[in-house]
Amino acid sequence: MNDTGRVSAGWWLLILPAFLLLVAFYIAPILQVLAISFTDPEPGLGNYERIFTSGSVQRVIMTTLRICLITTALSLLLGYAIAYAITLASPRAKGWWLLAVLVPLWISVLVRAFAWVTLLRRQGLVNNSLMGAGVISEPLPLVWNEFGIIVGMVHYMVPFAVLPMLSSMREIDPRLLAAARGLGASRWEVFRSVFLPLSKPGILAAAVLVFIFSLGFYITPAILGGGKTLMVAEWISLQILDLIRWGLGTMMATMLVVAILVTLAVFSRIVDLRRIFGSGG
Amino acid sequence: MSETRGHALTLREVSKHYGSFTAVDRVSLDVGQGEFLTLLGPSGSGKTTILMAVAGFVTPSAGSILLDGSDITPLPPEKRNFGMVFQGYALFPHMTVADNVAFPLRVRGLSRADRDAKVRAALDLVQLGQFAERLPKQLSGGQQQRVALARALVFDPNLLLLDEPLSALDKKLRAELQEELKALHQRVGRTFINVTHDQEEALSMSDRIAILNHGKLIQHGKPLDLYERPRTRFVADFLGKSNFLEGIARLPTAQGFTLEAGGLNLAVRGTAPGEGARCLLSLRPEKIGLIADGATADNVVEGHILAWAYLGTGYSLRVATPSLGELRVALPAWQATIAPSEGLAVRLGWSADAAVPIEDDAA
Repeated sequence: MNDTGRVSAGWWLLILPAFLLLVAFYIAPILQVLAISFTDPEPGLGNYERIFTSGSVQRVIMTTLRICLITTALSLLLGYAIAYAITLASPRAKGWWLLAVLVPLWISVLVRAFAWVTLLRRQGLVNNSLMGAGVISEPLPLVWNEFGIIVGMVHYMVPFAVLPMLSSMREIDPRLLAAARGLGASRWEVFRSVFLPLSKPGILAAAVLVFIFSLGFYITPAILGGGKTLMVAEWISLQILDLIRWGLGTMMATMLVVAILVTLAVFSRIVDLRRIFGSGG
Repeated sequence: MSETRGHALTLREVSKHYGSFTAVDRVSLDVGQGEFLTLLGPSGSGKTTILMAVAGFVTPSAGSILLDGSDITPLPPEKRNFGMVFQGYALFPHMTVADNVAFPLRVRGLSRADRDAKVRAALDLVQLGQFAERLPKQLSGGQQQRVALARALVFDPNLLLLDEPLSALDKKLRAELQEELKALHQRVGRTFINVTHDQEEALSMSDRIAILNHGKLIQHGKPLDLYERPRTRFVADFLGKSNFLEGIARLPTAQGFTLEAGGLNLAVRGTAPGEGARCLLSLRPEKIGLIADGATADNVVEGHILAWAYLGTGYSLRVATPSLGELRVALPAWQATIAPSEGLAVRLGWSADAAVPIEDDAA
């Protein structure tokens, strides 16, 4: 008892510097944000009341949630297909596939957002080609709206969806798939009742990762939304930097942190359930 | 499970090439109805490739595979209706034992009631009825193995294929399951094809053994025949242990011949090669006895013990003889007349029918 106490005290000493750093530069500012949201412009719950009373606050929250859910769903769908293809590919092809997935990650998000603008704007490549081919007569509104934001965000998020799903697919024993076919299952049945359920942990991890990333996304929505469609992060910066409404901005920032914590809590519950289900004897 | 008759399988000149590598080289083999056949060979002998070709996971480069005379070579695995127990069992980790066993029934579209009844019967068959709701990882290796068996048998497969089914188990459990597997085979009356590199497993379970090496079928037959009458040096060496005596055949007669080896004339019963031909004999260690001074046998050599080991059931001796080199001798412990010790002089004897002439296929 005494021994373990001393040992754990030693461990705590080791992580103390990191802990102090976190408190000073991370937790303290967050607490301050929390404090401001309750005190500015006057002490009380006034800022939080806006969630229920202000149409614009509600609109921002709903827009953000809608965009995040659609982005997450599309990223998972595309990412799953890519991860599946990589899993089945030959070792050589695997390398190229992975490179293709990772390269976008190394390119600045700003560059990619502007690249989408040039592709999607009224005289952009997509609209010009479609009009040249006679498919449409008027340019389609592809950017500076929710559609544009979702295109840009999905593009950004797909690699983050691919990687956790890929690692969970790699853990699937290929003999299980062979066994399923040997037992009489068609290829589709093998996928549906063996591969898909076994890749579920990866899907959940990817979903949480992409959803949480999307919630606080700033640059892509700011550029591809063109200031007309506001997501939470841009709205917060607008409140604090342009309108100097610190109370409202920090309130929304707090809500963002709460939303992320809630998502994580729900996820950890699911993972725990899985673990209990799996190893409880 | 009812007493159904098994199906017959025929391999006709089956080959499999991977680039320039020949994994299976023109193997022809008949597996009779209800037979328990073991494909035995070292790793890389092509035994697993043959099993995978029978299962449909590997397409032969040449030759055909017939089930009851009809060609199944182009059929995909899911259309063959073969049960298979994979190495490491390949149980679905996210399904309970019952769901694992029900899987082949579910993909065949059986109703829930039919499924439940068959699953219960299959689990009872392998004595795992009370484990139906567990997950595979909550079972021991031996139990998982039985689940894999139940899953492979539940849908009345035409054949049961076993890929090194016991290799992941410890020795004692393996011996137990060998007996169980053999009893199961007799109970269900189906054709079993088993792959193993364990010669003991092959000898104890099989009706017939096919020995493979480098993709070729070297010899096949009943365990006793293979053990007693190995055709080649590889078979004698791989199936059990053997001493090899090399010499020149002399004085062929109707019963046998004399082998001139190391200055000795050894009496051999069996088909005589021509006078003066080079000849190789296989002599099993347990067929050599220690004989007392003055006693005689068909063949007698003298030597001294080089090394010995006590194995419980018997002694294993390495005896150096001036004329024939080193000989391995296996002695039942309970009838050993000596206490072995290094350097002890011994007289070895064996009868004329103990040694078997074989082909020398070792490069």
